[in-house]
Amino acid sequence: MKVTEKDVLYVAGLANLALTDEERTRMIRDLNSILEYVDRLNQLDTTNVPPMAQTSDKFGIDESKQSTERFAYSYREDIHNGLRKSLPRDEALANAPDSDETFFRVPKVIERS
Amino acid sequence: MNLNTLTIEEGRSAIADRKTTATALTELFYEKIQHEDPVIGAYLTLCRERALEKANAIDSLADKGEPLPALAGVPVGIKDVMVTAGLRTTAGSKILENFIPPYTSTAVARLEAAGAVVLGKMNCDEFAMGSSNENSAYWPVHNPRDLSRVPGGSSGGSAAAVAAGTAVATLGSDTGGSIRQPAAFCGVVGLMPTYGRFSRYGLIAFASSLDHIGPLTKTTKDAALILRTVAGRDPMDPTSADIAVPDYVTELEKPIGGLRLGVAKEYFGDGLDREVRTAVEAAIHKFAVLGCEIIPVSLPHTEYAIPTYYLVATAEASSNLARFDGVRYGHRAAGVRSVSEMYERTRDEGFGPEVKRRIMLGTYALSAGYYDAYYLKAQRVRTLLTRDFENAFQKVDAIVTPTTPTPAFKLGEKTEDPLAMYLADIYTVTADLVGIPGISIPCGESSDKLPIGLQILGRHFDESTILRLAHAYETSGEKLQSPARNRPQHEGEPH
Repeated sequence: MKVTEKDVLYVAGLANLALTDEERTRMIRDLNSILEYVDRLNQLDTTNVPPMAQTSDKFGIDESKQSTERFAYSYREDIHNGLRKSLPRDEALANAPDSDETFFRVPKVIERS
Repeated sequence: MNLNTLTIEEGRSAIADRKTTATALTELFYEKIQHEDPVIGAYLTLCRERALEKANAIDSLADKGEPLPALAGVPVGIKDVMVTAGLRTTAGSKILENFIPPYTSTAVARLEAAGAVVLGKMNCDEFAMGSSNENSAYWPVHNPRDLSRVPGGSSGGSAAAVAAGTAVATLGSDTGGSIRQPAAFCGVVGLMPTYGRFSRYGLIAFASSLDHIGPLTKTTKDAALILRTVAGRDPMDPTSADIAVPDYVTELEKPIGGLRLGVAKEYFGDGLDREVRTAVEAAIHKFAVLGCEIIPVSLPHTEYAIPTYYLVATAEASSNLARFDGVRYGHRAAGVRSVSEMYERTRDEGFGPEVKRRIMLGTYALSAGYYDAYYLKAQRVRTLLTRDFENAFQKVDAIVTPTTPTPAFKLGEKTEDPLAMYLADIYTVTADLVGIPGISIPCGESSDKLPIGLQILGRHFDESTILRLAHAYETSGEKLQSPARNRPQHEGEPH
């Protein structure tokens, strides 16, 4: 067993999930079964293989440039006039579970000790 | 007018030639949906008023004798992961049950600008995570070809509606096979364009380096029509490529003789259903008869695609789904006393089991101490998978494979074993990781009369070649059939 109950509790905390007792038990079982399967990647020697985060850096880019400069095609000049308008406040707040019509309202973030 | 077989071109021509109106056609489709969709469950939300307004605008154009756009009056459905202004968009999740988006995704906006009439939003696995549509937080979709079976996923509603004829065409999304796999299970055409070909502005993100939007249709020509309409650079999506869009509809007609077609043994190994193998081999033979050169190729890292996919996709999902926090939109748990309690309880109540499982796996793979061993390792293997295809495409113009290892399975058959469910995508995930285009077209039936899908994979931004091949196969007259298809047909037997 690679993943213990302690791991599940820790990761659930990182992911902002509480999980019921039943969900935790199931999660330990499922994560272990998936990770066991995933372990077959270790059969491959990838020492000199570069990681690949996405595929779009292969197309429409300037091959001679490095890192983000490769995506120069998607840059544009700063716009000083005629910017696309932001979403009007009432539309931005229309789906809010709680608002005072100016701001999103949430429970207290910092508690007085 | 037979709605079951109606294509985009036929629908548009009927309106252009004044044989019907867009309004009448829209009404016919809603009638059909009302009668047939209750047992299928493909639609999550219908938007009759909105649709009739759009249809009316087309009819006004036609009345004035003005030229009609390419998709004028064509009734379509949109997978419920693409936002539509003023029209509820749930992503198949309870966390967005009452979400009314303030803007429209580019893919939908381009379809509507070309005259398409959106009938409603299609059921799907929650946040497009699943291979059977059973992870929808609302209800499962039933395969119109056999109601005891799944339609595939995650674009299950999109595929089922086209198969049932309750939409002429639909948009789906594909992150690990979610367009092509349900297309194969339901017996329709499903196209995943190259990564960057379609704008994803307004697509609710699952795994950003893998998410694609694409069409599900009855014919390859219809897929080409939608591709031509939606493809192309969108300033709202920096990952959309600035590469010219060919006229895919005329590209279709080019001959396929002399094209080199790769067949990879790794796609015909253990686990491939005997009848699927027979049907796909017959299709390959057909391509040879049509003048293609069949060339064996090797994609040696194929067996590592699923583990790579489930690390990359879940890592990205764990980050993308962090936005569902109960603050700006969507569900918020009631009676919470602190922000952290609000986050946890909102997400616990709002997300279903598979979504939680993937967020957990992704968070684990990215967490301190495991990042190198899992996420980074998967990214390196992704490079190896990409090299496999680069090498193969030196020798061939396209690669043909089965779309799925088996025909559609029964509802409930794999829900208890997430790993077994993941393996339903074994032939489709690699194209998402590599970013190449793929199409699934019907290529026969099993002895249970279940559709079988043929997958054709192409080079980056070479949708033209795979569409040509698919179109040539589809229109080659008497199709090669799996032996099962030659059974005597019983009259009146439902399909």
